[in-house]
Amino acid sequence: MLTILFDGIAYGMLLFVLACGLSVTLGLMNLVNLAHGAFAMAGGYVLVILVNNLGVPFWVSIICAFFVSAAIGFVMEKAFYVHVYRKPHLDQVLFTIGLVFMSVAAADFAMGSSQVFARIPQALQGQIHVFGIGMGRYRLLIIAICGALALGLQYVLVYTRFGSRLRAAVDDQRVARGLGINVGNIFALTFAFGSGLAGLGGALGTEILGLDPTFPLKYMIYFLIVVTVGGTSSITGPFLASLLLGIADVAGKYYVPKLGAFVIYTIMIVVLIWRPQGLFARAANK
Amino acid sequence: MTEPTPTAKLAAQGILARARWHPLEFVFWIAAFSAIWLLPNKHLILTEIAWLALFALSLDLILGYAGILSLGHAAFFGVGSYAAALLAKHGIITEPVLALVAAGLIAAVVGFATSFLMLRGADLTRLMVSLGVALVLRELANKFSDLTGGADGLQGVTMEPILGRFRFDMFGHNGFAYCLIVLFVLFLAARRLMASPFGLALLSVKGNPLRARAIGINVDARLVTIYTIAAFYAGVAGGLLAQTTAFSSLDVFSFDRSADLLLVLIIGGTGYLYGGLIGAVIFKVMQDYLAVLTPQYWPFWIGLVLVVLVMVGRDRMLRWTEPVRTLANRLDWRAKGQGQAS
Amino acid sequence: MTVALETTNLVKQFGGLTATDNVSIQFEAGARHALIGPNGAGKTTLINLLTGMLKPTSGRIILNGVDITDASPQRRVRLGMVRTFQINQLFPDLTPLETVGLAISERRGDGADFWRVAGTKPGLNQEIADILDRFRLADVMNAKTSILPYGKQRLLEIAVAIACKPKVLLLDEPAAGVPDEERHEILSSIAALPKDVTVVLIEHDMDIVFAFSERISVLVNGGVFTEGPAAEVARDPRVKAVYLGESLDA
Ligand SMILES: Nc1ncnc2c1ncn2[C@@H]1O[C@H](COP(=O)(O)OP(=O)(O)OP(=O)(O)O)[C@@H](O)[C@H]1O
Ligand SMILES: [Mg+2]
Repeated sequence: MLTILFDGIAYGMLLFVLACGLSVTLGLMNLVNLAHGAFAMAGGYVLVILVNNLGVPFWVSIICAFFVSAAIGFVMEKAFYVHVYRKPHLDQVLFTIGLVFMSVAAADFAMGSSQVFARIPQALQGQIHVFGIGMGRYRLLIIAICGALALGLQYVLVYTRFGSRLRAAVDDQRVARGLGINVGNIFALTFAFGSGLAGLGGALGTEILGLDPTFPLKYMIYFLIVVTVGGTSSITGPFLASLLLGIADVAGKYYVPKLGAFVIYTIMIVVLIWRPQGLFARAANK
Repeated sequence: MTEPTPTAKLAAQGILARARWHPLEFVFWIAAFSAIWLLPNKHLILTEIAWLALFALSLDLILGYAGILSLGHAAFFGVGSYAAALLAKHGIITEPVLALVAAGLIAAVVGFATSFLMLRGADLTRLMVSLGVALVLRELANKFSDLTGGADGLQGVTMEPILGRFRFDMFGHNGFAYCLIVLFVLFLAARRLMASPFGLALLSVKGNPLRARAIGINVDARLVTIYTIAAFYAGVAGGLLAQTTAFSSLDVFSFDRSADLLLVLIIGGTGYLYGGLIGAVIFKVMQDYLAVLTPQYWPFWIGLVLVVLVMVGRDRMLRWTEPVRTLANRLDWRAKGQGQAS
Repeated sequence: MTVALETTNLVKQFGGLTATDNVSIQFEAGARHALIGPNGAGKTTLINLLTGMLKPTSGRIILNGVDITDASPQRRVRLGMVRTFQINQLFPDLTPLETVGLAISERRGDGADFWRVAGTKPGLNQEIADILDRFRLADVMNAKTSILPYGKQRLLEIAVAIACKPKVLLLDEPAAGVPDEERHEILSSIAALPKDVTVVLIEHDMDIVFAFSERISVLVNGGVFTEGPAAEVARDPRVKAVYLGESLDA
């Protein structure tokens, strides 16, 4: 029972790191980016290639996964995404679905269609027992890393100069430009950082989520649930939503395997109808 | 009765513009129907084009005319498909045309019930909700595998002859004629619908819901109506698939299907009814060609087309349809037009 | 005199901002009533509340004796209350002809008719034509609204409302930003409205206000600052002060 809770929390934390970049691009830049999972997949494959094929240490590979995905995100933003910020949502949907399909086929071409795993260091395998609860070491690591990231993000957004600039840029682009803030660069950096986090999450998650070319499609709906249910006005909303989703999914699969994802989708619909702004969004006060 | 003023005469002509038939439209349909005789060895793919065109037309009704962004339109297609297959398998309604209507109606009921979920919220909410509905239905179909055959699909369906006379032959000759006639009839209905005050009201809701409310239009009621009608169309399209293949599987609900459908409609252009039809032709021909080259990487090409379409700009890419559209909408073709329209 | 439209203790808050502050106001049937006040006074917000585009925080709205506080916007239109918008709200893909035709169809209750081709009901075309003629839109009636020049769009904005044959018409700065000839068109068509129609006009141009109105209400900071016959309000030095204070800021 507690083990399930623990697994759920680990899974939820992972979802948060995967999806928080999406929350930022959607909430702040009003961009419907269905291709977010492609950046996560990129991170996952970077890890697999580095660890399995090139023998790079696990830790270094994880960090590389972040930077490679971030770099891809940066380039994509500058080259393509900038052009769709202002387009209607229909265009954003078409464009990002297009990217998803292309990334799926490209991954299939380059890496093959079967599921792959990264070799995890010995030290991270197995379980530790604390107060009689069996906790996977790897999951413990995920919780630690993701928890630290969540706190760090909150700090960056609320207390740093970059955070306040970002919020200014989003509140009113014109005024922000007037204040001499380079809105274009801020958006690109934010996008890249969000993609990097997705890559990091994808890398950490290969063990838990599995990695194959359909990854961006398979988890798209999960990321979107986190963002829409959590709301986009803060990062605490998506954080809570991720935990809930993670726990609900793990528990659901354990206790009522027959119902499959049915419960989650139904809950999502109910929440969206009941609170279109998201479960944890503050009442709009403009 | 007093003689109408000159402006009134002009108004009488102008307002019928949307209802008026353009010569190119006749060309289009004559070409489509002549395929029955001219392309007999292509009837299998033409059948697929016909139901895909109907499915895309259905999406056009809500996206092109009411501005509802849906990523789960396959939900209704799937319901129609399973309905048609199950009706035939259990011998409930064996005559295909009746069964098709029933399949459409069942899809319409599901559409009506879920339309209320689509009224609230912005684009993203609608997108998620529509996607969620399709996923939920897929899960349901998977769970009730006794009824639906689960992941293996619904096998062992036999279709009775259409109207008791025309068998579904293995070359798809009768199947194609059947699909094309259904497409044509439903197209005519949609055309009529969009030239009515109801159709204008939909366009107004799409363009500016705020003002639509301010002139007394019941926006929610209009959206519910068109969503239900579109679900009927999608259900019929799904029914056609099930009837012509005598099979239905979970794949009918898939996200890829909804996403492909968007592409089909977008290639042809939204909001003038022919977009989905033209798009279906282009899409299937493209698929036929590319899938032979690289079957596994077909999604890559779909993706590429979508990305290029958006990057270049849909308006710019679709400029080739502009003359057709303007002509179709505005060309003064009075004498015959008046007669056709009323 | 009967009251066509009234509010009691109407309040609208946006977060901490009180945009409508305890407004109790009466518009008599057939009145020519002007609503003035500096920018941001809450005039448009009041119209939004009256027409149901916003929900009030508290207070009631009564239209011809019917409590419509919770009625939908379209129901209020059917009860005879129609508005225009300060910023044009039109249908970009429709033509003026179709826009006006749509408004008339809705009013006649044919709007949900999905089988009859638009424009085949008797009498409809003549009614559309009269409105197009009156608002000088006949020459552009088949052009897409989105490509019309601003002046024509503004005329259409007013024409659509009038096509709804309102009993109570709420005009939010109808002549703002309009070239002179079209401004004249708009004002004269408002002047030509039947006497039994209640007209509420929001306007910053005092010449128009005094030429048009019999009664004036002055809104300041969301509340009714003063109200009375036009001549009286014109003489009120406080009203001038409110406006001057504003214009010095501007
Ligand atoms: N939807 C809204 N959300 C938040 N604040 C709003 C909203 N609408 C209006 N306000 C605020 O309410 C106040 C009143 O605005 P309103 O538009 O009613 O003024 P107005 O009298 O029509 O001004 P103007 O003469 O400039 O048209 C303003 O401070 C405005 O910023
Ligand atoms: Mg105003």
